[in-house]
Amino acid sequence: MSGQDLMATENFVDFQDVWLAYNEELLAEQHFAVEDINLQVKQGEFIAIVGPSGCGKSTFMKLTTGLRKPSRGRILVDGREVDGPLKISGMAFQAPSLLPWRTTLDNVLLPLEIVEPYRSQFKAKRAEFEARAIELLKSVGLGGYERKFPWQLSGGMQQRASICRALIHEPKMLLLDEPFGALDAFTREELWCTLRDLWTERQFNVILVTHDLRESVFLADTVYVMSKSPGRFVVKRHIDLPRPRDLEVTYTPAFSDIVHELRGHIGAIRKS
Amino acid sequence: MKQKTLERWAPWGLLVLTLVLWQTVCSAFQVSEFIFPSPWRIAQQTFEFKAVIAAHAWRTFWVTMAGFGIAIVVGVLLGFVIGSSRLAYAAVYPLMTGFNALPKAAFVPILVVWFGIGVGPAILTAFLISFFPIMVNIATGLATLEPELEDVLRVLGAKRWDVLIKVGLPRSMPYFFGSLKVAITLAFVGTTVSEMTAANEGIGYLLISAGSAMQMGLAFSGLVVVGAMAMVMYELFSYIENHTTAWAHRGSQEV
Repeated sequence: MSGQDLMATENFVDFQDVWLAYNEELLAEQHFAVEDINLQVKQGEFIAIVGPSGCGKSTFMKLTTGLRKPSRGRILVDGREVDGPLKISGMAFQAPSLLPWRTTLDNVLLPLEIVEPYRSQFKAKRAEFEARAIELLKSVGLGGYERKFPWQLSGGMQQRASICRALIHEPKMLLLDEPFGALDAFTREELWCTLRDLWTERQFNVILVTHDLRESVFLADTVYVMSKSPGRFVVKRHIDLPRPRDLEVTYTPAFSDIVHELRGHIGAIRKS
Repeated sequence: MKQKTLERWAPWGLLVLTLVLWQTVCSAFQVSEFIFPSPWRIAQQTFEFKAVIAAHAWRTFWVTMAGFGIAIVVGVLLGFVIGSSRLAYAAVYPLMTGFNALPKAAFVPILVVWFGIGVGPAILTAFLISFFPIMVNIATGLATLEPELEDVLRVLGAKRWDVLIKVGLPRSMPYFFGSLKVAITLAFVGTTVSEMTAANEGIGYLLISAGSAMQMGLAFSGLVVVGAMAMVMYELFSYIENHTTAWAHRGSQEV
């Protein structure tokens, strides 16, 4: 085993000097959406990316999942260079985007109809998969809502179902793009705890893009602050609050200090 | 509940009201039946010529359904192609819009040259006039997929085809059924217009011959029959629409 392979197994996600321009004209003009991204994420680490809107956070997500290829540099995920959509990740967005003609259960099962090895077993093992989906729904507080249609659920419940859909195929990496942005403050805090519990239990990697600083500090191991276009990481802040974290922690001075410090960095970026 | 019953009977009430008013005007001013026949006169003539009208109506009906059937097949296929490929959309759409702007009645003489007098021109006119809304609606349903949803699936390694089958097609079904309602009424227009100049049978032919024989009551009953057939078919597709894609109409059903 070479030295690099060893490095790769240690770091689950490894961005090495990554630049991205959205098309060739922009590349010729040296106009990059994100630039000089260097990032190492350990196995099972929960990272959050915060920054002003339009700073390339979503671009970063597309790079990580292989939906976009970098113009320069390379990206390794799980020891392999990313050269197309990874099948080991799940995604959820601000809009739950559930399919209205499918029940909640069938919505959650959708990834299993697409990704191998589940796809070829889907008909034979349907009952088993359904049991698994029902179990997962129950763990986020949606027990008994399997047969309801998405439009019969509240916004928070739809978002829970959307996170279940991202997790049903047991991905090694969960990517969340402002998943709680459209929810009210109370529902949002409830869902923080749901996500915390799922992550504690299953130990997948999480990349959370958000502009809620309290959310990032409460949930993540490491918070990265991104500058506005072209996006680059300007601050890396390790969150050393002890785990397991309770919502109470958000009212402690230590928590407020970190949030305040990050807020200072964002303020500095906005002024520059 | 009371509001709902009222809504259901409202169109019938309006129909009766219109007929009564029409009859009153015709009787009161003694309008000549060769100019503007009264509803009663139309009813009498419809009854008198019921066998003839039925034969012509049947012809118009099956010809329309044949044209409409072709329109569904062609409309869905074309819509699928241009809705699933941006290049095809860019290439086909402007031409189709131009084509749709042409009056379809203008095609009838050309179709007569190619296919002769009879069912050929009528079926094709019905088809030409009714495939466009079907195509546009299928294409719109496919082309307006939410990008986030596409990303969710592509991250899992879904191919374009998977996305089309799992999301695109079911998503465009309400658009499709919606377009059938519009298309079926257009198809009746196409058939009737074509029959007026290029057939010896059908309601369109009946209208022309009744008109030239000054049988105004009969001409009007021809119109009534076409209208009734189109309305029945419209309601049929509306019923199918509501019972297959209820998820898209939940707002109106909950009221």
